[in-house]
Amino acid sequence: MFVPCERGGGSASSDLKGFTLLMPAVSVGNVGQLAIDLVISTLDMTKVGYFYTDCLVPMVGNNPYATAEENSMELSINAEVYSLPSKKLVVLQIRSPFIKNKYRPFCQTLLSWVKSSKCARVVVLSSSHAYQRDDEQLLGTPLRYLLTPDLEKAVGGLMQELNWKEMEKVAAYPGINDTEKVLHIPGGGITKLLFTESCSKGIQMAVLLKFCSEGDNIPDAFALVNYLNEWLQLIKSESNNSTDTSQWKIPSSWRLLFGNGLPPALF
Amino acid sequence: MATFFGEVVVAPSRAGVDDEEEAREETPEDREIRRELEKKRQIDILWTLKSGATTESCADEPFACSKFIVAIGRNAAAFLSSFILDSVCWEVVGVVKLWNEWCRTSSTTNVLPTDSFCLFYRLISDPTVLVCQCSCYVAEDQQFQWLEKVFGCMRKEDLQVTILSTCPVADYKTQESTLTLPSPFLKALKTKEFKEQVCCPLLEQPNIVRDLPAA
Repeated sequence: MFVPCERGGGSASSDLKGFTLLMPAVSVGNVGQLAIDLVISTLDMTKVGYFYTDCLVPMVGNNPYATAEENSMELSINAEVYSLPSKKLVVLQIRSPFIKNKYRPFCQTLLSWVKSSKCARVVVLSSSHAYQRDDEQLLGTPLRYLLTPDLEKAVGGLMQELNWKEMEKVAAYPGINDTEKVLHIPGGGITKLLFTESCSKGIQMAVLLKFCSEGDNIPDAFALVNYLNEWLQLIKSESNNSTDTSQWKIPSSWRLLFGNGLPPALF
Repeated sequence: MATFFGEVVVAPSRAGVDDEEEAREETPEDREIRRELEKKRQIDILWTLKSGATTESCADEPFACSKFIVAIGRNAAAFLSSFILDSVCWEVVGVVKLWNEWCRTSSTTNVLPTDSFCLFYRLISDPTVLVCQCSCYVAEDQQFQWLEKVFGCMRKEDLQVTILSTCPVADYKTQESTLTLPSPFLKALKTKEFKEQVCCPLLEQPNIVRDLPAA
């Protein structure tokens, strides 16, 4: 599935042992994917390969993180891997939805690749439908986290210090039996599947998600990436304000998200 | 989700995974139905050998190919029919048989311009030059299969692939209005291995290409 790029680094650039894998779930508002775009763009990460998969709708375009004429002509496809060895960070970006009935095979292949490349842990950025919150969830922060038992042992304490809120479980049969609780992430795409599979396979995985609705999800992406930064400290944040957006670099592909310019004849 | 007018609608989730789909476990009947559906959506490529007989496999070994031009969509296929293909210099060497909700192609090579078809032609004077005219729609779940089966039959060393396609102008993202765009409006994407001169400007961000041309 993973095809490395032929760069000068060769095998060195695709040695991911001990790295943190950061990836999005294709979810409501595409918030995880937007947040990943910000990470790749701000940290100026290098592409080290892509996934050759039949599970995602095909798409291709020119480099979405282009900053100048020289670097704008590299082709980019639907599932690519970028790395920043100085921070032991590897990032997967997914740019198109899953083909029907293919999300399960994709999860299986992805988690096998995680195990075989010996990544230390996986962080999934995701989102969930805001309208499905219960009364208590409507108050306070819209950001939540989840940790697999293996990662809980390592960083559970840190989450307490950061005063983060764990994603609540909901009743399996609401109104009938409120004692049996299950994890439910509506609108989260493959988030729940990845999380439950990682729990059973002993993979260290964290999920960071935000409650949101479809619309202009750029502010949601900033909130999620700042939330991530509280933990991983990818960039230096001058203020502790989670709405601070100035340190993140918006990629050139975010232009014209809401349509073209207006025809002058309209006026 | 409540809309402006107050009615409640279920918006399709970008997540692409419906909750009902997740919750349901597959029964043996479901699996059988799914397998039958998959068989129906399989793509078959019938190649015409030198002897005139057709074969489903690509013979014992992949054939040599130096240039492969693929025209995807009715407009691109019509372009090839009007300006390139004729019965004197080109011969039909293959046909793709497929079915999906949008179209069905047959194994006949005698097609009308209004039919849905996917045919392969070879230049008689240089048999390593191959052209594919694909006017049918290849569905999302069939695109990868198409790709593997077609490219699996040709040797890829020194192969130059050119893909011709069209997209609606309404999909083009630009700062100015699309009414002022020059005609014909051509854009290109190329891999870094393509060293020749491109005849038109490259497709700028944030525009993308999808479906079979992207695959």
